[in-house]
Amino acid sequence: MPTSIPASATSDGAVETRPAGPVPPPDRDDTPFHDQWVQFTQSRAAVLGLGIVVLFFLLALFASVLAPGDPIAQHLDAQLARPLHGGYLLGSDDLGRDILSRILYGARISLLVGAISVSISITVGGVVGLLSGYFGGLVDLLVMRLIDIMLAFPSILLAIVICAALGPSLQNAMIAIGVIGIPSIARIVRASVLAEKEMDYVTAERSLGASHLRLVFSAILPNCLAPLIVQATLAYAGAIISAAGLSFLGLGAQPPTPEWGFMVSSGKEYISTAWWVITFPGLAILLAVLGFNLLGDGLRDVLDPRMKE
Amino acid sequence: MTVNGNRVLSVENLHTYFFTQKGIVRAVNGVSFSVDKGRTLCLVGESGCGKSVASLSIMRLIATPPGRIVEGRILFEGKDLLTLGDAEMRAIRGRRISMIFQEPMTSLNPVFKIGRQIGEVFMVHEGMKARAARAKAIELLRLVGIPAPEQRVDDYPHQLSGGMRQRVMIAMALASPEPGLLIADEPTTALDVTIQAQILDLLRDLQRRVGLSILLITHNMGVVAEMADDVAVLYAGRKVEAAPTAELLASPLHPYTRGLLNSIPGNPKYAQAERLESIPGSVPNLTALGPGCPFENRCPLAQALCRERFPEEMAVSATHSVWCHFAQTPAT
Repeated sequence: MPTSIPASATSDGAVETRPAGPVPPPDRDDTPFHDQWVQFTQSRAAVLGLGIVVLFFLLALFASVLAPGDPIAQHLDAQLARPLHGGYLLGSDDLGRDILSRILYGARISLLVGAISVSISITVGGVVGLLSGYFGGLVDLLVMRLIDIMLAFPSILLAIVICAALGPSLQNAMIAIGVIGIPSIARIVRASVLAEKEMDYVTAERSLGASHLRLVFSAILPNCLAPLIVQATLAYAGAIISAAGLSFLGLGAQPPTPEWGFMVSSGKEYISTAWWVITFPGLAILLAVLGFNLLGDGLRDVLDPRMKE
Repeated sequence: MTVNGNRVLSVENLHTYFFTQKGIVRAVNGVSFSVDKGRTLCLVGESGCGKSVASLSIMRLIATPPGRIVEGRILFEGKDLLTLGDAEMRAIRGRRISMIFQEPMTSLNPVFKIGRQIGEVFMVHEGMKARAARAKAIELLRLVGIPAPEQRVDDYPHQLSGGMRQRVMIAMALASPEPGLLIADEPTTALDVTIQAQILDLLRDLQRRVGLSILLITHNMGVVAEMADDVAVLYAGRKVEAAPTAELLASPLHPYTRGLLNSIPGNPKYAQAERLESIPGSVPNLTALGPGCPFENRCPLAQALCRERFPEEMAVSATHSVWCHFAQTPAT
């Protein structure tokens, strides 16, 4: 009889054992990312970053309610009013426009530029990275060399070239900033895909009859989201500063749009006489970029396994 | 070989090679076996003997490059899987042939609830809506003996134990609407002993109820004894012995099969000695296989002939064959 050989599983009693009795209700603290959230809240810098980012989004959202005045209306009788004088909390610029109102409305523009250009980077870079990493081979080789070439240019230079070619406008600045963000996103996604596609669950899902597209987008992509989210947050900061840079150079937002970079640019002439015109928009840029960077670093610390001790 | 209406799977002269920089790895080197309806065939052998590659070849899941099926036929219900297009093959995977993997800890997608992963089979193959697929998933979880399936269906893989996850994998394999063949690649290796017994029990039970044919891959002779109707012993990409389980265990002919059986602790028939026997040496380098028998360098019976050519099939009975120049007839 074959049974003369003891199975490694010997006890017949154990064979019939079925987990019995009432099952404790699943612990809902156990949802994905719960641990990461706890860890995230323990980092002061990360929470500060999140606070700043949320604050800016709220300011942008309620700009029309919070702003004391019209960001575009000129008051030629109140040019370069000092902060806290004549009803101007942060002073007025050379055309008598309220700087606080312009900064609040400017937050809308900067956050919008960030959102749109990061969306462009993520969509294009994400798809390129996913397909390139998953299929590999010649396509991967060519795409990655192209990405290398794009990375070889200083990104702001590339943005200037694109903006100059398309013509100066806020919309073209968003496109340019979106394009310069593609290479880093594509690389990060590709690297995660290369690691994920070797995992057993991918083979397991293939064995269930899933198609390549389904595997890439519905099985692998969700597992690559963590580094993507981190990179997107950092890219958001980069986009805000690039947009300000392009506007400063006159390639982005056009007057009279209340754009932070453009405000810095137009205030630089008065730097020795009216410091507030250039300082407050500059601080707004600084703070917003700092907020996104702190948030991105905090997210990386909790989401990126390589950063764990 | 007679035409057999009950034959579900028939692998003929399969060669799967991996073309690496160090040379050609002949992982599966001319292996044939078949599985009949409602029966269980065990592929047995130690690590690196080609059993997993053989099973992945059947599903056409060999990573290409570097791997390639260079020769052979894989007939599933009379259709050669190697000639099918990608879309036709996808329609078979998960629908007619399902697979359970060795590592339940990593074979589930960590970011999705298990209910969704089981339901996906219905959504892929039957175009079922998410809600209906979820109901089916609960049904399957109950079938594989998971308690409180209505709650468990919303769990993520990391919330389940290894045994539970393997049950989920089995549930996914059973989601196939018209199961023809279940390939289980070391389904219990990663589990502890009591859970192993439960999982094997479950597979046997399902086989009885659903009439499943199973291709079971294992290195564990205990699992073979408990599960298999027929056994094929593989060594270094070659089949060295094939027989019905009882016959193989009672009178193993190939020196490798005997070595395997002798190295089981507490086996009354083969291990009278105090000391547990082992087979000396290790599996040969698969890139440097000569024309001879691959077991030659570890074999107690080896002679010059063994190095020169791989032996022909020696049929001991209608069902029991061995590939060895010097295999002795029953009972030594």
